[in-house]
Amino acid sequence: MSELFLRSVFQENLALSFFLGICTFLAVSKRIDTALGLGLAMIVVQGLTVPVNHLIYNGLLIEGAWGWAGLPTVDLSYLKLICFIGVIAAIVQILEMTLERFVPLLHRSLGIFLPLITVNCAVLGGSLFMVDRRYSLPESVVYGLGSGIGWALAIVGFAAIRERLRYADIPEGLRGLGISFIVTGLMSMGFSAFVGVGLP
Amino acid sequence: MTSKTLQLLTAPLIDNNPITLQILGICSALAVTTSMATALTMSLALTAVLTTASAAISLIRFHLPGSIRLVVQITIIASLVIIADQLLRAYAFEMSERLSVFVGLIVTNCIVLARAETFAMRNPVWPSILDGVGNGLGYGLVLMIVAAIREGLGAGTLFGAQIAPLASEGGWFQPLGLMLLAPSAFFIIGLLIWAIRTGRPALVEPDEFPLRTDPRGDRS
Repeated sequence: MSELFLRSVFQENLALSFFLGICTFLAVSKRIDTALGLGLAMIVVQGLTVPVNHLIYNGLLIEGAWGWAGLPTVDLSYLKLICFIGVIAAIVQILEMTLERFVPLLHRSLGIFLPLITVNCAVLGGSLFMVDRRYSLPESVVYGLGSGIGWALAIVGFAAIRERLRYADIPEGLRGLGISFIVTGLMSMGFSAFVGVGLP
Repeated sequence: MTSKTLQLLTAPLIDNNPITLQILGICSALAVTTSMATALTMSLALTAVLTTASAAISLIRFHLPGSIRLVVQITIIASLVIIADQLLRAYAFEMSERLSVFVGLIVTNCIVLARAETFAMRNPVWPSILDGVGNGLGYGLVLMIVAAIREGLGAGTLFGAQIAPLASEGGWFQPLGLMLLAPSAFFIIGLLIWAIRTGRPALVEPDEFPLRTDPRGDRS
């Protein structure tokens, strides 16, 4: 379990080694505090959606899931894309309403990031990887949290570098988007150095 | 075809390229470019989904209430992606295994939703189709360039055919292993953007904190 956690945070970092959620990663990383807010929202959403999607996939969609109803040959797994998107959108909406009702302070700081997360491919990607690699329920909880933390770690680190970069004298054509890509590449190289890290 | 409709098709190739200029759909662009075959399959899948989604959304644009348009658009796109995924599984199973989750991720690919929202919702069907094809080709072009560099330098092959004899087999070419790893994709796209902007200075972003030049000359 701890190995799976470390792997999902560092070596198989969703942003830096699978390129998921890079659009948001590049767009919302101009300041550390906004990056931190988005990162926290991402950890919460990812930690919830992966286990919920695991339950839905194995309870309703997988071949044989309808055996109790006398339909043992029904295989709905091709519907997983549309289901996962619906589940993610619903969870984000419920989370937003719950936060607004009970923790207005947190809602004020995280609120604007939640809708952004619905269309973040890292969230959908996390759920699809869960299906692809056949994680069990506890494993998918760990994987959801781990990959969320890894993504948050990457975007906060990137935002910190980017705040410094604003004052740098960069060649004209490389300014903005170009240098962001190169920095992300260097970070990705850094993260790949964590291969082999494990708890004793 | 008039020049204006032709413009719809050619503008997204370089001047308004979805990847290097609109910053859309980068996620999948980077992940599938370790070999040219996967990049080509992915571009074809995306172009097909993008074109049909644009056409479908443009067809129903007058019947779509504003408040639920995003949900409807996502549902249409997701259904089309499911069809593309199933077709790939049926006729090119090995390829669909290699692309793993990335075909499914076309659903959240920002290009499709962005073109639906900004173009197909406001234009008739035929221009929307052209816009879809154009953006798909622009995406494919960048993918093919990146994949050619990565596969060519990383393994000495193009489309799986050996173009440079490997040193391990008595040839002269020492493959660059880094090219097949994740970081090189970022570097190549970054340099590609640099190259495009050097050729077309109008695309350069303004400097937030320009170096001040002292009008009285340098007196330090």
